[in-house]
Amino acid sequence: MAEPTAAAYTLTLAHLYPELMSTYGDRGNLLALQRRAAWRGIVLRIEPIGLGVPLDPDRYDLYFFGGGQDREQAVVADDLQRKGPALRAAAAGGAVMLAICGGYQLLGHEFRTGEGAALPGVGVLDVRTVAGARRHIGNVIVRCELDGAVRTLVGFENHSGQTYLGPGARPLGRVEVGAGNNGADGTEGAVCGDVYGCYLHGSLLPKNPWFADHLLRRALVRRYGVAVPFPPLDDSLEERAHQAVLARVRTVGRAAVGVR
Amino acid sequence: MPASSLMPGAPRPSAPPTPERPPRREPVVDLRLQGAVLAGRAASALSRRLGRGGGTVIGGHVVTRLAPRALAELSRALPRGVVLVSGTNGKTTTSRLLAHLLAGQGVALVHNRAGANLLPGIVSALAQNTDWRGRPRAALGLFEVDEATLPHALGPAAPRAVVLTNLFRDQLDRYGEVHFVAELWRRALAALPAPSALVLNADDPLVANLAAAHRGPVVYYGVEAPEPGGPVLPHAADARLCPSCGAPLAYRLVYYGHLGHYSCPACRFQRPAPTVAAVAPLRLEPTRTLLTLQVPGGQLALALPLPGLYNVYNALAAAAAALALDVPPPAIARALGSFRAAFGRLERVAVGDRAVSLALIKNPVGCTEVLRTLAADAAPKTLLIAINDLFADGTDVSWLWDVDFELLAEQIATAVCSGTRAEDMALRLKYALVAPNRLVVEPDVERALARGLALTPPGGVLHVLPTYTALLAVRAALHRRGAVGAFWEN
Repeated sequence: MAEPTAAAYTLTLAHLYPELMSTYGDRGNLLALQRRAAWRGIVLRIEPIGLGVPLDPDRYDLYFFGGGQDREQAVVADDLQRKGPALRAAAAGGAVMLAICGGYQLLGHEFRTGEGAALPGVGVLDVRTVAGARRHIGNVIVRCELDGAVRTLVGFENHSGQTYLGPGARPLGRVEVGAGNNGADGTEGAVCGDVYGCYLHGSLLPKNPWFADHLLRRALVRRYGVAVPFPPLDDSLEERAHQAVLARVRTVGRAAVGVR
Repeated sequence: MPASSLMPGAPRPSAPPTPERPPRREPVVDLRLQGAVLAGRAASALSRRLGRGGGTVIGGHVVTRLAPRALAELSRALPRGVVLVSGTNGKTTTSRLLAHLLAGQGVALVHNRAGANLLPGIVSALAQNTDWRGRPRAALGLFEVDEATLPHALGPAAPRAVVLTNLFRDQLDRYGEVHFVAELWRRALAALPAPSALVLNADDPLVANLAAAHRGPVVYYGVEAPEPGGPVLPHAADARLCPSCGAPLAYRLVYYGHLGHYSCPACRFQRPAPTVAAVAPLRLEPTRTLLTLQVPGGQLALALPLPGLYNVYNALAAAAAALALDVPPPAIARALGSFRAAFGRLERVAVGDRAVSLALIKNPVGCTEVLRTLAADAAPKTLLIAINDLFADGTDVSWLWDVDFELLAEQIATAVCSGTRAEDMALRLKYALVAPNRLVVEPDVERALARGLALTPPGGVLHVLPTYTALLAVRAALHRRGAVGAFWEN
């Protein structure tokens, strides 16, 4: 990916397990962050952190943790325990984290399987997930309040895990269409400080550019203070794509077809 | 000698009996099946006459409603049995290549050519093949089968050969994850009769690992030539873990997706040596492939009139299946050299003084390989990319972000983005750094085609990349322009 050479501002992102946890267009989230930074003259360096690779919590401004297939997720869960202390230190230090689906579940306290076994997570999000009998698949619209503004997020969910928030987390938003965290309480996603988790693929950030910018701005403020210029971009195409999904889902519906 | 299962005492069809098939049980006259077949054919004919489509599926629904065991009984009536072809990518082209190979041997075929690959489509093809007295006209049934349908087709069809191409992530909303499909297949293959041949892609660890599920003969095919390979797995690879023990696989060579030369450092699982292989020299050209085919007994050089490494795999799969069906190797090489592309698979049609090239796209690995094949010719291109999110396309369009549109970004003169997800597509290209002034958003496929043709210089090619239902819309629009026959005639 092309990056401007002499940039005044540089951010570094740790991409957790890119080989094993990148199933549902997660790359689009990284592209959105990197391009939207570059279009403002900010370099976003992306470093892969795979199995067995040590994690330096002071090195990264942002963390991205994508979704994976069940088999890969089990391998990752095991390795993740060794990165747990570093991730908890990073979160406590205000690093910005975005985790989707499988990554979201693993940033919580635990994932309880259908057989009752508890796979421990990292615990930077106060959420717990239990395996569900039913898979939630389809388009999602979430109403979301961040920084005092109410906006929508659009995406696509595909998960059977049911996630419940503890008192230390607040939901990222409430579902207008879709199952969300658990199909029961109307919430979707979780926020603890600057750690964000949710079930939205789609990819999430390209069609929700305001959320991509929110994450970038939080990371910039943490590294450089509030004075970093962050001009608006021409988001007419992004906005058009966002509106097209809203219109399609509100008229045609979720178009979800469960297979399992 | 076993009689036709539908008409005891009727003369046998002209094809010779095949000794490797188990003897069929003595049948009774099945008036119910015969009636169902006639009703199904009538429904198909009516659907065609009303202009509702090819009638390929409706007839099958009618038959199975009236005679639920139709697939088993109609399959058993075929004197040379049934061959099934399944996998994420390459089903249609592989089965068309195999049909071409077998037709060259004078084998009368019943084949779901139009790609209706769910059970009703297969039953419909069988019903169409049946004469008014209920006897099959063809000797051998060749059917491409949807991955999720394969487990339901294996038992009733009792195929004499099953050809498996590859397993990539595809329509996660519908099929689920690749390991899930592999597990369904593994269990289903237990129903494969022991004398039947299992034809497997040696280079796909998920597919090669299925050999253990079959008691009978296995024929592997794969690429041996090192040139098209690379050292590392791409970001979109779906199977990095050993299907046998779960440890990360070690790759010596990667061709595309997770296809390559692999071995497991933790257990003894490794790529099996292929019986049918593409060895060096292997030359990929923009419109054809110069191939050296290695078969037991020697090597054969041929020009495959299809571009792209993925079509090398399709040709190998068809060649390996033909070998398992006792087609002599020189005839295999000859027939591969005289093939014509299948419906919407890099097929090219003339529209006035412009040409339209059609390539179905449906999942990250397949789409990336189509783009790589197009990018081999560096000329500026006019594209029409039509993305629908209907059930048959997959309702989740996240996969567009896993496709390497970056491969083609600098060659795009204009891209018309169309379909129910036209805006998603345009956005994907914007983030691949295609300048917004080179992007046109026109959700209506017919208008988008007109726009794309107008933007294509005279004498030039409009490259059309549609998802499945968008492909049907493009074909219909081309048909209205008088450019092509309806696809079920293809």
